[in-house]
Amino acid sequence: MTKRKNKKLLTPEILKQAIVGSVKKLDPRYMFKNPVMFVVEIGFIITLTLTIVPGLFGESDTGLRTYNLIVSIILLATVLFANFAESVAEGRGKAQAASLKKTQKNTEAHLLDRDGNKTLVSSGDLKKDDIVIVMAGEIIPGDGEVIEGIASVDESAITGESAPVVRESGGDFSSVTGGTTVVSDWLKIRITSDPGNSFLNRMIALVEGASRKKTPNEIALNTLLISLTIIFLIVIVTLYPIGMYCGIQLPVSTLIALMVCLIPTTIGGLLSAIGIAGIDRVNRFNVFAMSGKAVEACGDVDTMILDKTGTITFGNRLAADFFPVKGVNRSDLIRCAALTSLHDETPEGKSTLELARSLGDNSEEIPGSSFMEFTAQTRMSGVDLPDGTKVRKGASDAIEQYVTSQGGKVPADLHAHVETVSSLGGTPLVVCQNNQALGVIYLKDTVKPGMVERFERLRAIGIKTIMCTGDNPLTAATIAKEAGVDGFIAECKPEDKISVIKKEQAEGKIVAMTGDGTNDAPALAQANVGLAMNSGTTAAKEAANMVDLDSDPTKILEVVEIGKQLLITRGSLTTFSIANDIAKYFAIIPAMFMAIIPQVGVLNIMQLSTQNSAILSALIFNAIIIPCLIPLAMKGVKYRPMSSEKILARNMMIYGLGGVITPFIGIKIIDTIIAPILTAIGI
Amino acid sequence: MIQLVLTLIIYLILVIPVGRYLYHIAAEKRTFADPLFDRVDGAIYKLSGIEPHKGMNWKQYAMALIGTNAVMTAIGYILLRIQSIPLFNPNSIEGMEPTLAFNTIISFMTNTNLQHYSGESGLSYLSQMLVIIFMMFVSAASGYSACMAFIRGLAGKTKDNVGNFFADLVRITTRVLLPFSLIGGLLLVWQGVPQNFSKNVVVQTMEGTFQVLAMGPVAALEIIKHLGTNGGGFFGGNSATPMENPTILSNLIELYSMMLLPGACVITFGKMLSDGRLRYQESNSPGNAPVRREGITARIFGKEGRSIFLGMGILFLAGLSLCFRAEQQGNPVLAELGLNQSEGNMEGKEVRFGIAQSALFTTVTTSFTTGTVNNMHDTLTPLGGMVPMLHMMLNCVFGGKGVGLMNMILYAILAVFICGLMVGRTPEYLGKKIEGREMKLTALAIMIHPLLILAFSALAVATAAGQAGITNPGFHGLSQVLYEYASSAANNGSGFEGLADNTYFWNITTGIVMFLGRYLPIVIQLAIAGSLMKKNYVNESTGTLSTGSVGFAVILVFVVYIFAALTFFPALVLGPIAEHLTLLG
Amino acid sequence: MNEPTNKNAFLHGLRQSLVVTLILLLLCGFVFPVLLSGISMVLFPSQANGSLIYINGQAVGSAYIGQDFTEPYFMKGRPSAYNYNTYYEDEQGNKYYNDGSRFAGLSSGSNNYAPSNPELAERVEADIQSFLEANPDVKRENIPADLMTASGSGLDPHITPASARIQIPALAASSGLRVEKLEQIVQDNTKGKFLGVFGEETVNVIGVNLDIAEAMGLLENKDK
Repeated sequence: MTKRKNKKLLTPEILKQAIVGSVKKLDPRYMFKNPVMFVVEIGFIITLTLTIVPGLFGESDTGLRTYNLIVSIILLATVLFANFAESVAEGRGKAQAASLKKTQKNTEAHLLDRDGNKTLVSSGDLKKDDIVIVMAGEIIPGDGEVIEGIASVDESAITGESAPVVRESGGDFSSVTGGTTVVSDWLKIRITSDPGNSFLNRMIALVEGASRKKTPNEIALNTLLISLTIIFLIVIVTLYPIGMYCGIQLPVSTLIALMVCLIPTTIGGLLSAIGIAGIDRVNRFNVFAMSGKAVEACGDVDTMILDKTGTITFGNRLAADFFPVKGVNRSDLIRCAALTSLHDETPEGKSTLELARSLGDNSEEIPGSSFMEFTAQTRMSGVDLPDGTKVRKGASDAIEQYVTSQGGKVPADLHAHVETVSSLGGTPLVVCQNNQALGVIYLKDTVKPGMVERFERLRAIGIKTIMCTGDNPLTAATIAKEAGVDGFIAECKPEDKISVIKKEQAEGKIVAMTGDGTNDAPALAQANVGLAMNSGTTAAKEAANMVDLDSDPTKILEVVEIGKQLLITRGSLTTFSIANDIAKYFAIIPAMFMAIIPQVGVLNIMQLSTQNSAILSALIFNAIIIPCLIPLAMKGVKYRPMSSEKILARNMMIYGLGGVITPFIGIKIIDTIIAPILTAIGI
Repeated sequence: MIQLVLTLIIYLILVIPVGRYLYHIAAEKRTFADPLFDRVDGAIYKLSGIEPHKGMNWKQYAMALIGTNAVMTAIGYILLRIQSIPLFNPNSIEGMEPTLAFNTIISFMTNTNLQHYSGESGLSYLSQMLVIIFMMFVSAASGYSACMAFIRGLAGKTKDNVGNFFADLVRITTRVLLPFSLIGGLLLVWQGVPQNFSKNVVVQTMEGTFQVLAMGPVAALEIIKHLGTNGGGFFGGNSATPMENPTILSNLIELYSMMLLPGACVITFGKMLSDGRLRYQESNSPGNAPVRREGITARIFGKEGRSIFLGMGILFLAGLSLCFRAEQQGNPVLAELGLNQSEGNMEGKEVRFGIAQSALFTTVTTSFTTGTVNNMHDTLTPLGGMVPMLHMMLNCVFGGKGVGLMNMILYAILAVFICGLMVGRTPEYLGKKIEGREMKLTALAIMIHPLLILAFSALAVATAAGQAGITNPGFHGLSQVLYEYASSAANNGSGFEGLADNTYFWNITTGIVMFLGRYLPIVIQLAIAGSLMKKNYVNESTGTLSTGSVGFAVILVFVVYIFAALTFFPALVLGPIAEHLTLLG
Repeated sequence: MNEPTNKNAFLHGLRQSLVVTLILLLLCGFVFPVLLSGISMVLFPSQANGSLIYINGQAVGSAYIGQDFTEPYFMKGRPSAYNYNTYYEDEQGNKYYNDGSRFAGLSSGSNNYAPSNPELAERVEADIQSFLEANPDVKRENIPADLMTASGSGLDPHITPASARIQIPALAASSGLRVEKLEQIVQDNTKGKFLGVFGEETVNVIGVNLDIAEAMGLLENKDK
């Protein structure tokens, strides 16, 4: 994970932008979208008016002016703090978008017509299905699919990965992204997106937050916050006449102060910041989420469908053992296997050589040997020694055929060895010398380190894992057992993936999967969370709701945890915010009534010095708790995989109980500080 | 102390079989008494054209409920106005004044039983029977019907069928309320509650003076008054009156009558949900995966019912302890006069019940929103009086006629919403996702209660017409007002009886509050059930928040206190708490 | 197409509402109370008719309803907001309570004085004064609270055993009965807790006074 860009939460640049942003957001039309803070803003306007015209609501005491002024300043600060939180959260996205935009500037493209004539056009004029040719050193003008050629492409503009990747026509590595640069060779590309709708465009829009929509859960939570606001509005409005009846004329600014303290400003101010930060965390992880909803859905995942190859195992089969047939020396087998692998750059070849060396073989290249590479046609690789000896290794049926064609006979026990290797979950490679089959190399599919623990963690939080593989059931079962997944589908065809997703969904489960190939696209679309690899085809990327720019399928596991973390942060801060009300009540209520009913003083359990100081302390606490919690909102609440009960108990202790206690301490401290100041200015 | 503990233990033993029975009725399972009741119900269905198996969706159900209640209200109103006719009217009671009749009929239709009249002088026996007793049956049956529909929705057997309102109304009346009433009524008569149609008796005492003794069909009213969590007394003094509640045994009968069905509703809820869950699991894994055997409490209450019951129980015990302690302390003002207060605050209480049974009855009547009283709530100590007030404000501590359960589910939805997030999943309850629409409805339903109580209290203390009714000076006056509207909104009906409430202002405003406090929540709650039942079940795993645990019950308690109690805190500080503190000096 | 079916559904619903209302009205409002009365009259005739106490064929009160006693030789019950519905008539047929105020008609309930209400303190103080006058041996702090506070119903027939015992010396003086006899009478009219646990110990004042009257031989006189 070397590519986690700018780890720091706050750069001076973001800070500057955020401060400007928080003032800009005071626009009531914008504030209206956040009803809780909108109410605070209205409160600010009323108290400000009361500062200028203290007698507006018939309150005779003009001495209230300074008090009203202080209240309005704190209210303004509360709103600004909330806006600041949102701006900071957006800041990083904005910075990222800015750097992406740089790569988006109009480039020139060589458009090919039907006859193969090149015309120079601006990339902005390219339409879907246009065909362009891009030479080394040129920027790819738009998203597309390679139809001819092979080239290495620098995709660092998007992925941050500096090592170039290979793109070629056909297969799963045919898609290219606009804004990336061809480093060597050339590509003929069919454009697949209309101008302004490219992957880069969408990415910019998303990280910038321009197309940010509230997620269903945010909407529901917002409803809760609004209803709490309305309830407390009712409480405050009715408190005025009820107070009058008891002979207490409550100053309007005090009522507003109480209301602002009671409505859930803490979570109201941080809610959108939490959401933006959650998506940002995913982005920083180099996973590009198409929507906040997708990140949220991650938290709910019940079942994960994972490809075996690349996700659970390295996919590269590594040599693990040698099995000679009867009558062949093991060392002969090892030597021949090593000889064929001397120039074999495939992982299979390399690992065979490594294993041979570790078993004491030290055969060197015999000068004059000619090596042959593995091809899909021959399905063999090997070497022709100067003495005419032909050594081959390859798939068992290919070697069998070769041996027979050379006039040899397949040894009787070769099949048994091949079977054994298969049953162990491995892939057999048969080695032969001329027309004699020597034995079998046991290629083992190796489970990535740490996967077993990860699946353990997933199980602890109730997520079931299903492994998909093209292997036969025997091999699949072995790997599944080794990796510790909950289930597997062997000889899996793309349709099987869809049907298993549908079956899980019918049981009410939320399903996540990763995929890269074109034939994964329907399954990615069917899954609730589909993570496509950036190296994958355009179709797969379109169908998925997240794209992993690093093309590392194991990251789905982390993304799920980020999703959970996002939800936990939201819930914890809501709990904290609501729990705060208890202390605020104990600060403000006695202060409001003590003048008329001195006995109510016993409720002043914090022993706050004066009435005004108590009210203002609560209000100040209410304001500064927002910036204090910004880092938490940005980073998210610490998440450790545990059972739901334990997580709940833990978070309830920290944010529920903590939310009750913290303000008692905080308000008391603020009171101690401001009481002398207030006395000095005569309030 | 010991008698309180024993009384509650006996309750726990009694509520289980009643819960089972109610569950069988709600789930339309066979019971031993079916051969008889099937015939009775069949006849009623036939006469009124009810097709009991024709299901309704939540909207049709709510419409049928409101429509039927409207018809009942109209008939009842007419009867009250013409009660002076010489039919079952040996004491020659006059017809009722229009606003009082309006208030009374709404009060009884909404199961509130707030009484702005005095039974002895305000109602003829005909009205007591055809209006009051009849309404006590059907308003309770309507409430329980709504609750059953709600539970069916949550249990989600089908996507839109919550049952047939008319069939529910009839079944609950004939299979639960009538038979229970007949048995309970006889027990009450045995203990000394009159049951006759004679004129009031005037006797000449040993000192040569005269005494009027009230008569009438008291026992019939008394039993359904408690069983249906109605609470409106035959007499002004309600269940404190020896004619309504002559002995400690009759007191226990009345106590259990009002506690049984609301508790049974929770059991019904728990069991029906377990059924739903089981059905869902079986349909997904037919045959294999043996169903996990649940613990004893989970089998009795159902897993989900258990935590709800426990949550309600904790709230109830907290209230009871406070009330009992406060009353035991006595009245400091009288202590200052030199009157020994070791007996506790005996003003307004009966000697045969004492402090313990009075505090228990007070807490039960407001928690189970019955509204019957065996001591005068106006004379409770400030903190003792705050408990009944608070429990009506919460309106979910068991609650009457199924409504308490429905309210508690709203708080459970809130709790689940916050806690669900805290375990890192979008919230789900009873296997269904809680999303924007449910939150909107829940928020709306929760808002109604404080809005009605606080807004109307503010109106009353701010207007001359409202202030005219307040009879106690100082903070207690505010308590009287808060109590009256809390009682109306919670459809409780008990009163700080000192309030001079038979005026146009009080009759009309409390009438409105009772009406809105009853029907708005029912419709919204049915809408929530209707919305949830359409959703698919979500998977349950170790990552899911368990709502059947003790932990969840505790959280539920906190959510109720924070959401409901904090809303009323300022008003309570100015009312009972200020009174308490000033009383201490 | 939908119009007529909707209308039919509405009418059908209305019919169900109306008929079911009428059936339940009859069943719950009429059949049930009448049936209950019938059974009660057979099984518990005395209770069903108000548990009246008859002396020489004449009803003098109910076992469960207290009375306002004024004679010094009768035991006193608790204060009542409605004087136990006990009244006397003057020649014109006007009805008055024993304290001389007008009879309000059959009622039940209490004054509903909140603990903080000054009128409560006034009433209690006045009652303490008169009680101390009638019972000169009693010390103020020994008066049990129930005797000076009004019951909820205003009809409470009971007092606590302590409240009964504290009146015995004065009763003995004015009735001429021996203290032991009075103690026995109180004992006879004391009811323990139900099953020894539930409720409180109570002394039925009307029962005590009936026994006092009988012991004093007043009941035969009354007959004449």
